[in-house]
Amino acid sequence: MATTLERPAVLKRPPAVPRRPANSWVAWIFVLPFLVVFVVFWAGPLLAGLGMSFTDMRSTDVRDPLAVDVVGVENYLRLFDDELMRKAALNTLIFVVTTLPLTIVLGLAAAVALNSGIARLPAAFFRLGYYTPYITSIIGIAVAWRFLLDPDAGPVNQFLGWIGIDGPAWLSDERTALPVIIVMTAWRSFGFDMVVLLAALQGIPKELYEAADIDGAGRRQRFRSVTVPMLKPALLFCTVYSSIGFAQFMEEPLVMTKGGPAGATTSASLAIYNQFGAGAYGYAGAAATVLFTVIVALAFLQFRIGRRS
Amino acid sequence: MRRRVSTYVLLAAGLLVVVFPFLWTLLASFKPEGEIRRNPPTLLPAEWTASNYTGLFERMNMGTAFLNSAVIAIALVVANLLFCSMVGYAFAKLRFRFRNTLFGLVMVQMMVPAIVVMVPQFVLIAKLGLVNTFLGIVLPFVVAPLGIFMMRQFIADIPDELLQAARVDGAREFRVFFSIVLPLCRPALATLGLITFMTSWNNFLWPAVVAQSEDMYTLPVALAIFSNAQATQYGLLIAGAVVVVAPILLLFLFLQRYFVQGIASTGLK
Repeated sequence: MATTLERPAVLKRPPAVPRRPANSWVAWIFVLPFLVVFVVFWAGPLLAGLGMSFTDMRSTDVRDPLAVDVVGVENYLRLFDDELMRKAALNTLIFVVTTLPLTIVLGLAAAVALNSGIARLPAAFFRLGYYTPYITSIIGIAVAWRFLLDPDAGPVNQFLGWIGIDGPAWLSDERTALPVIIVMTAWRSFGFDMVVLLAALQGIPKELYEAADIDGAGRRQRFRSVTVPMLKPALLFCTVYSSIGFAQFMEEPLVMTKGGPAGATTSASLAIYNQFGAGAYGYAGAAATVLFTVIVALAFLQFRIGRRS
Repeated sequence: MRRRVSTYVLLAAGLLVVVFPFLWTLLASFKPEGEIRRNPPTLLPAEWTASNYTGLFERMNMGTAFLNSAVIAIALVVANLLFCSMVGYAFAKLRFRFRNTLFGLVMVQMMVPAIVVMVPQFVLIAKLGLVNTFLGIVLPFVVAPLGIFMMRQFIADIPDELLQAARVDGAREFRVFFSIVLPLCRPALATLGLITFMTSWNNFLWPAVVAQSEDMYTLPVALAIFSNAQATQYGLLIAGAVVVVAPILLLFLFLQRYFVQGIASTGLK
């Protein structure tokens, strides 16, 4: 009863409804879960890795971390002379600059096709089919692809055999191993871009196309001067999000080829993983720090360029 | 009209290429080992058999791994639904110092490669005595940055007047959150739950590091270890892959609407 009596008084002067600086401590309770997990499980380990990178710490030093020697930037200098690390960096670069456009082009093509007057039910069916690889466990995919590409038992080389082609040993041939992983990753990832781009396409106002029609624009011109500019934010998102993911790729080669043959599919992340496995924590920490820096820089650079144009 | 037909043909051809690895593998999982390796290959099994599946469950502890994967995924779904929406609410509707800085940290966490923090995280888990436990597998992921981002986007669209009206009524911030904001978030929560379940179910690297005994393995870990030991036992391996993949596909078959809407709204804002 008391509340109903009080209410009109407040309503009379709406500006006095408190903007609630008082809820600021409540806000901290709401963000507490993130704060705790971030500090303990992410920022802490990130800084620990950074600290490690300036020492000669090995896995045997974990029990007594204070016994390690500080070696300054020696680990970082060693990185640049390390044949394997250079190869891993090159592989990662090749992987990103090929997989990224491949994924986006496939995603865009699928989105445009699905948006060209396909009835709703078949469209939903195709859409689900196209992003199935994206939602699938990498282990499941690795098992399937290794079987399909098996030089003897796999159907791919059996099919090729019918048309007289002697298929290579895809995953143990230095020339084909990385391309296979690139194609597999594009196949696995394009469905995500498709979903994002399809939503963006559906958000383009019809009037823009009508206006273009009135101006006598052809199909190709409509695509270039209406669709592409309107898709820019979505394309930027796909580019940034995918390149962050692709730059740290490692599970794909880990489960498909273990980085082989002869390091042909060893990515930066996988090389770091192997160094950790070998117990060289300081050295691995240095490589990890460089990788993280490159990824953050890449993301910010893309945002800058994307925002400006 | 002709263009529409050709679009359908193109889409169907594309679909065939995309799902070929799945279809072929699924069909092969019902063939005996000898038929799997036969050249020329058969599309449909000449002789249907479930022996790969029964063999799989005899040779490795798939039941336990399946259960472990499910328990971990469900725990992460519950945790993320609660925590991501709480944090997302604070970022969307509450004013406090360092709000933007903190939100920047959410974005930074999104960019941290798993490999960069893996070893320090493991050392930490070891110090906490959580190696080979569910808690150790789950803790770093109980409040995912992508989830926070999604919930913030969604909650930002809830009109301020709605919340102000409740606050004027004297509702505490927690009651505003639980009785007004959360119920309105249902579609976003469905999306977040689905994506969290999928991510957890498919997660491989971290569970492989933390789980050390067979009774703690998740499905992908169990399958990876099995495939390292039996690289050419295709029948069993393929059946294992089907067991890992099928639950997620079934889930998406029924809930794909939420996935599509969620990704779309996250990507566009």
